[in-house]
Amino acid sequence: MASSSNLILSVRNMSVEFPTLSGSVMAVRNVSFDVGREKIGIIGESGSGKSTTGRAIMGLQPPKANVLADRMMFEDVDLLEATEKEMLGIRGKRISMILQDPKYSLNPVITIGDQIAETVILHERKSRRQARERALAMLERVRIRDPQRVYNLYPHEVSGGMGQRIMISMMLIASPSLIIADEPTSALDVTVRQQVLSILDELVVERNIGLIFISHDLNLVRSFCDRVLIMYAGRIVETIAAKDLHNATHPYTRGLLDALPSLDHPRDRLEVLRRDPAWLENN
Amino acid sequence: MSMINVERLAVSYGKGQQQVRIVNDVSFAVEKGEAFGLVGESGCGKSTILGALAGRNQQWTGRIEIDGEQIGQKRSHGQLAKQQMVFQDPFGSIHPRHTIGRTLLEPLEIHDKDRRQKRVEKALTDVGLPLNFRYRYPHQLSGGQRQRVAIARALILEPRILLLDEPTSALDVSIQAEILNLLKDLREREGLTYILVSHDLAVVAHLCDRVAVMQEGGFVEVATKQQLLDGTVTHPYTRVLMDGSRGYVTSSRNA
Repeated sequence: MASSSNLILSVRNMSVEFPTLSGSVMAVRNVSFDVGREKIGIIGESGSGKSTTGRAIMGLQPPKANVLADRMMFEDVDLLEATEKEMLGIRGKRISMILQDPKYSLNPVITIGDQIAETVILHERKSRRQARERALAMLERVRIRDPQRVYNLYPHEVSGGMGQRIMISMMLIASPSLIIADEPTSALDVTVRQQVLSILDELVVERNIGLIFISHDLNLVRSFCDRVLIMYAGRIVETIAAKDLHNATHPYTRGLLDALPSLDHPRDRLEVLRRDPAWLENN
Repeated sequence: MSMINVERLAVSYGKGQQQVRIVNDVSFAVEKGEAFGLVGESGCGKSTILGALAGRNQQWTGRIEIDGEQIGQKRSHGQLAKQQMVFQDPFGSIHPRHTIGRTLLEPLEIHDKDRRQKRVEKALTDVGLPLNFRYRYPHQLSGGQRQRVAIARALILEPRILLLDEPTSALDVSIQAEILNLLKDLREREGLTYILVSHDLAVVAHLCDRVAVMQEGGFVEVATKQQLLDGTVTHPYTRVLMDGSRGYVTSSRNA
C-alpha cells in the first residue's frame, strides 16, 4: 500500500499492571509497535496479554489496572494524557472495537438499526432520520439482504454471522481510522467466517484505515494480515511480515507453528511446545 | 466385525408439533480400533449423533449395533459403559466443587466397580497426570490438565469406544497438540475406537482414518484421510471446509 508510511498509532514501552494482594501482576510488559494503514495481527495464547493490549489502546482497561508507557500517540492525540471526556469522543468515532461474540456485545433490548444509528446521532449530531438512512446504507454495505427488515430486528433474531456483520457496520459507520478486532470470527463457523472476513478486508482496504486483528489462529492471521506481532507472557517476542511467518526465527513462534495440525504437512505426532524461561528475560 | 454399526439412524428433539428432526437417515460402520471423524458447521447434527450413540438422546429410530450387540433405547449399565464421552469445554464439564478424585470415583460408584482407588490411580497415570492431582479442585488445574481429567473420567470404566465432542476446540494450539498426541497414544495402546466431532478438518485429518462430512443432518461425503491430504475430495462443501482450516482465502484479490 502506497500510504503505509502514514502512521496511525505509535506505542512505545507500554505496560499494563494489575495490583493484586500478592503484589502487582504485569499483564503486558514494555511492548512497542506502530500501526499504519495496514492489517496487523496479534497472535498469542490465552493469557499472553493480546486482548489487554487492545483494550489499553482504547482506554478500556479495568479501573484497577495501570497503563504505563513512554508514548501512546493516536494520530494527533496523546492517549496517555487524554481525559475520559476526550476518550468518549474518540471511542467509536476514531477508534472502534469489534469483539468476539455478537451475542454478548450487542444490546439485547435495542433493535439492530437503532444501535447502529446511535453512533451517528452521538458522534455526528445528525437527526434521527439521517441516522436511519446512514444505518440502512451501512447494513447494505456489509451485504445484509433486506436491510429494512433487519433494521427492526433484535439481536437474538439474527444468526452469529449476521450479528458479526452488524457489529462491523456499527463500528465502521463513523469512519474510524483504527479498528481493533478482538477474535472477531472465533465464535463463527468456517463457512461464515470467510464471508465476514472478506467484508472486513474490503472495508479496511477501501477506506485505507488501520486494523489490529487479535487472534489465536495462526493460519487465519497468516493469510489475513500484512504484519504479525507474536506475544508471549505479555511481551512481543517477534514481529514479522505475515507472508514470512513460516520463516519465523523465535523458538516460541516456531513451536506454535509446529504444534499445529495441517492438511498440507501431515505428521504422525505433533510437536509439543517446550517453554524456555529465557523467553521471559529479554525485552 | 465392526465396533459400531449404524443403519438409517434418525434423531429428533421435542414432542408433537414441536418435534424437529436433526439427523436424517445416517448409516455408517466403524471398525474396531478405527478413528472416525464427523465434521460440519454448528447445527448440522454431528453432536446429536454422538448423543444418540452415547445414550444421552433416546429419541432415535433406526438400528445401532455396538460391539456386535444391537442396542435399544433403554440400555443396561454394562452397555452404557462401553462408550464414554469427552466434551468440548473442560471448564463446564467437570464439577467445580468436587475434587478430581471424587469426579473420577463417581462413574465407579454408579457402575458398582471394585478396586476403586487402583482404578483412579490407573486412569490418572494413563492420561499423564501426577497421582496427587486427585486431591485438587478443577480451578487449580490448567485447561489442558482439565481436559486430561475429562479423558481420565471417560477411560475409568474401561470403555471400548471414546466419543470425543470437539475435545480440543477450547484449548490453545500448543495444548491442543499435547491432547491430540495423548489421544493418539491411548488409541494405539488400549485399542480404542474413536468417533471425533470437530469443525476443524486439520484436527480430524490428524487423528482419523475416515471422515464423514455433514450438512443439515446427513452425510454429504465420507472421505478417507488420504483423500483429504491429497485434496481429492469430491463434494464442494468438503472443499469449503478444507479452505477454512487453511485460513482466509481471498476471492477478490486472486481474481
